[in-house]
Amino acid sequence: MSLSATDVAKVGVLARLALSPTEVEAMARQLSSIVGFVSQLEELDTTRIEPLAHPLDTRNVFRDDVPQTCLTTNQALQSAPRHDGECFLVPAVLGETGAA
Amino acid sequence: MPADASPFTTVIGLEVHVQLLTRTKLFCGCPTTFGAPANTQVCPVCLGLPGSLPVMNRRAFDLALRAALALDCTIAPFTKWDRKNYFYPDLPKGYQISQYDLPFSSDGSLEVVDPKGAFPPRRVGIIRVHLEEDAGKSMHDEAAGTADSRIDLNRAGTPLVEIVSQPDLRSPQEARAWLNELKLLLVYLGVSDCNMQEGSLRVDANVNLHVPRGDGSTAKTPIVEIKNMNSFRSVERALAYEAARQWEEWQRTGIEMGKAPKQTRGWDDAAGITRGQRHKEESSDYRYFPDPDLVPVTVAAEELAAIRAAMGEPPTRLRAALAEKWGIPAADAAVIVNQGRDVVAYYETVAGLVGEGKPAANWLQQDVLRTLNETGGTITDFPVGPAALADLIGRVGRGEFDTARGREIFAGLLTLGRAALPADVAAAVAALGITAVSDDELTDLVRGLLTANPKIVADVKGGKEQAAAGLIGQARKQNPNVNPGKVREVALTLIRAM
Amino acid sequence: MQPVELSSVEIVTAIRQGDVSAERVVTAFLDRIARLDGSINAFLVVDREGALAKAAEIDRRRKSGQPLGPLAGLPVAVKDVLCTADLPTTCASKMLAGFRPPYDADVVARLRRADAVIVGKTNMDEFAMGGSNENSAFGPVHNPWDLDRAPGGSSGGSAAAVAADMAPATLGSDTGGSIRQPAGLCGITGLKPTYGRVSRRGLIAFASSLDQVGPMCRSAADCGLLMETIAGHDPGDATSLDTAVPPYTQLLDQPLAGLRIGRVAAHFAAGLDTEVARGVEEAFAVFKAAGATIHDVELPHARYGVPTYYLVAPCEAASNLARYDGAHYGHRCGPASGGKSAGDGATAFDSPLVEMYCHSRAEGFGPEVKRRIMLGTYALSAGYYDAYYAKALRVRHLIRQDYLDAFATVDVIGGPVSATPAFRLGEKTGDPLAMYLVDMYTVSTNLAGIAGISFPCGFTRSGLPVGFQLQGPALSEPLLLRAADRFQHLTEWHRRRPAGCSV
Repeated sequence: MSLSATDVAKVGVLARLALSPTEVEAMARQLSSIVGFVSQLEELDTTRIEPLAHPLDTRNVFRDDVPQTCLTTNQALQSAPRHDGECFLVPAVLGETGAA
Repeated sequence: MPADASPFTTVIGLEVHVQLLTRTKLFCGCPTTFGAPANTQVCPVCLGLPGSLPVMNRRAFDLALRAALALDCTIAPFTKWDRKNYFYPDLPKGYQISQYDLPFSSDGSLEVVDPKGAFPPRRVGIIRVHLEEDAGKSMHDEAAGTADSRIDLNRAGTPLVEIVSQPDLRSPQEARAWLNELKLLLVYLGVSDCNMQEGSLRVDANVNLHVPRGDGSTAKTPIVEIKNMNSFRSVERALAYEAARQWEEWQRTGIEMGKAPKQTRGWDDAAGITRGQRHKEESSDYRYFPDPDLVPVTVAAEELAAIRAAMGEPPTRLRAALAEKWGIPAADAAVIVNQGRDVVAYYETVAGLVGEGKPAANWLQQDVLRTLNETGGTITDFPVGPAALADLIGRVGRGEFDTARGREIFAGLLTLGRAALPADVAAAVAALGITAVSDDELTDLVRGLLTANPKIVADVKGGKEQAAAGLIGQARKQNPNVNPGKVREVALTLIRAM
Repeated sequence: MQPVELSSVEIVTAIRQGDVSAERVVTAFLDRIARLDGSINAFLVVDREGALAKAAEIDRRRKSGQPLGPLAGLPVAVKDVLCTADLPTTCASKMLAGFRPPYDADVVARLRRADAVIVGKTNMDEFAMGGSNENSAFGPVHNPWDLDRAPGGSSGGSAAAVAADMAPATLGSDTGGSIRQPAGLCGITGLKPTYGRVSRRGLIAFASSLDQVGPMCRSAADCGLLMETIAGHDPGDATSLDTAVPPYTQLLDQPLAGLRIGRVAAHFAAGLDTEVARGVEEAFAVFKAAGATIHDVELPHARYGVPTYYLVAPCEAASNLARYDGAHYGHRCGPASGGKSAGDGATAFDSPLVEMYCHSRAEGFGPEVKRRIMLGTYALSAGYYDAYYAKALRVRHLIRQDYLDAFATVDVIGGPVSATPAFRLGEKTGDPLAMYLVDMYTVSTNLAGIAGISFPCGFTRSGLPVGFQLQGPALSEPLLLRAADRFQHLTEWHRRRPAGCSV
């Protein structure tokens, strides 16, 4: 199993990581070796094994619908790289869609 | 254009997001009050701060169950929450907590019937209903030409149910009617206030055309998803526009579904058109996986029974119940129920006091609802309360005066500038000089008229009973308080006895 | 005895009895940090002022007869993966340089309520990803036993701080061995509690289904003391167990007779350092002499632990670390970054927003964090989910089942905590895969969600500590602590101090 530079570049876009061509190349090499290593799981027949996403068997954990104290706007914005005292500021969001 | 005359069938499926009527967000204790100043209803959890963890709101899950049960969905005995990963500044965690492969409910339906029969009754399948969190709001002032967008996270984490319908709707009009029915249902059951202006109900529509070919096969145009519709009227207009646009495009290009990627178009309400939106290929790779911060939920049968019991009657059942209980036509019951619970309560109070359903239904529809329509008020602060209206209807029914006089009194009550009471009806009756005409008085009056109108007497005797109507005008001239029906009745009795 | 030589249990007892003031204890440790940490780099932040103020307050309250918490006056250093409202919390990442959370982690709040004195935040591998502490954006930690060697990771700062007597007790976090492995390499005792035993709220997530906070101290008894404070149900963490917390320190003093310890033959296969193997075998002998019985058990899928872990953890991490995008907090690239990369001929960005995301993340994260984000993103992406993530979850199921089967016949499983003693700084940095293999004895505990403890069981000829690991079923902490405590009553390994750090 190996990843091409194209694969890595595509994953870089999905992961929102800017990678220089040098980084892409190194990443392709390293990821290929890691993916090759983890692919040893293929040796195991797991067709009848349920996936175990979580170690807990706990179910139905809820909280009551009771309001709690919020942060102040200042606290909310205190670590923002840019803000105007009311809102977070980010580079223009124009006509792009978020969730489908 | 009637469906059978159209060269194509419009096929519509809807995706509706509805905000649940909880006090707090889905995963944290921040309030969900609409219109609060930006970033005042936030905490580490809904800001997605490092180390913060979600804990699910019990009430949100119960309301979601209620919605799904009302839509006749099957409730999954086991459900879980997944992360939908994508980057967007109104999504502070970089993922939305939603449900992917095991939604808590699926496979339901909701029927819509047009009381006037504008389209055939339509049972629309519900593919799934799932519970998820809302994103925040990003605002960009393009006019100001600034390079920044402003992000308000007050809405982030608000509980939503997403209701996905089968593509079972066949016209923009049906789609609008179905949405009205859905909204009514959710409002009736207290699931949501469904206020579109405040964003607590949002609709996306998927639409394409099925075009029959000469050889009996059907061509399908590429599916388009329409977004940014902010009223049911917009939904109807956007769908109509889009159907026409697709028809034109189909005729021009002949491109079928599958030959072009699914397109997203935004509705521009002012321009009355849909516009293509940018859609990046990779943006649909959401890398869903089970959220390890939340545990699954199992739903026991007893729980469902309890929720069902506490749910109250949905509109469909209420319509039937109302028609049955008060002996009114189904169409009347539909109009009343469609106005919402408060109108139903008002109607039932009036009908109960009058002791009869139909006159109450008539007055409600022709006078109360029409006035509300014109003035834009709500039934709860309508100046003519149920007791006053019932008193008025009772007087008309007992023949104290006719409906026309009743309407005059009703109009007078509206101008009191305060809530009208039964005493006000009595006062209005007195003020208009309306006094009941006694039977003796009436008999004397009619007897005099018969003497003066031998032709009418002869005509009635000759079998033309309708000739008696000629007496009514003369009777009212002599005494405006006489009841026209009674004049006719007394006249016929006297003539028969002659 | 100097305060810095005392155990945590001794310190809280001495302060409560008035034998020593909290101020004197705290000052002694702060002074030692000032003297030694320049060469060890275990601390990212030292809160001298705050710690002394808290100590003075405790002394005042004690004198006026007010009640004191169970950890009153105990200096505790906290791994910088835990949120502290009064101190920067960085996860040793440039991404969070200077970040101040507006809230305390649940465990930090519990420490404060117990009147512990938080002396500082300890260095770590960036976002807890690594086994050597070389992935810190603020420089590697040096192993107090040999400053040219790594302390292990990711809780290397916490381990080194205890080993060098700069703090009697620290908190670490363990996602695949990050408490036990550095504890082993630094000659201290570290407990990875059962998943859910300790709240994760305020623990900056690496892999949420694996992460767990735990104590790192000089002895099992000290770990028990801290557990009594940090363990417990947190309604703010849906994965926190709603189970009573046992009085760990009161359950220690019971004989080991009848304890069934499992021994996995495969643990001693090729790759295990001979000196480590000897130390581990000697530990088994100690347990046997104390009345425990040793039984062969198998964990047939244990060898798939590392590949399983390196799918599960990166997938969760890729999602957990998506929030660091420069929008609401953390590092945001400067306006110049775009031009720089355009010259590099790399990616053309869809929009200024995407460009900001990509550069902020590229600048803020170190290479190992990027590698794992890339790996996890790839493994979850369309077309690969079943082959990688879902496959790993199925193997995870097998691994957990192995433990359930084994614990049907034994009470605990003993063995090495890492294959070699502390390795040299820089020795494995060029080979990510070699670094991943240092977790081979520890990752399965996390995949199964069970408990594990690591404590010293010997030293190599060159004077490096060797660690022994005991793993037990869910909620077996009382048993693990008791077994380790008994061992520490029979041995002196945990009392040794690195020569260069003598008082």
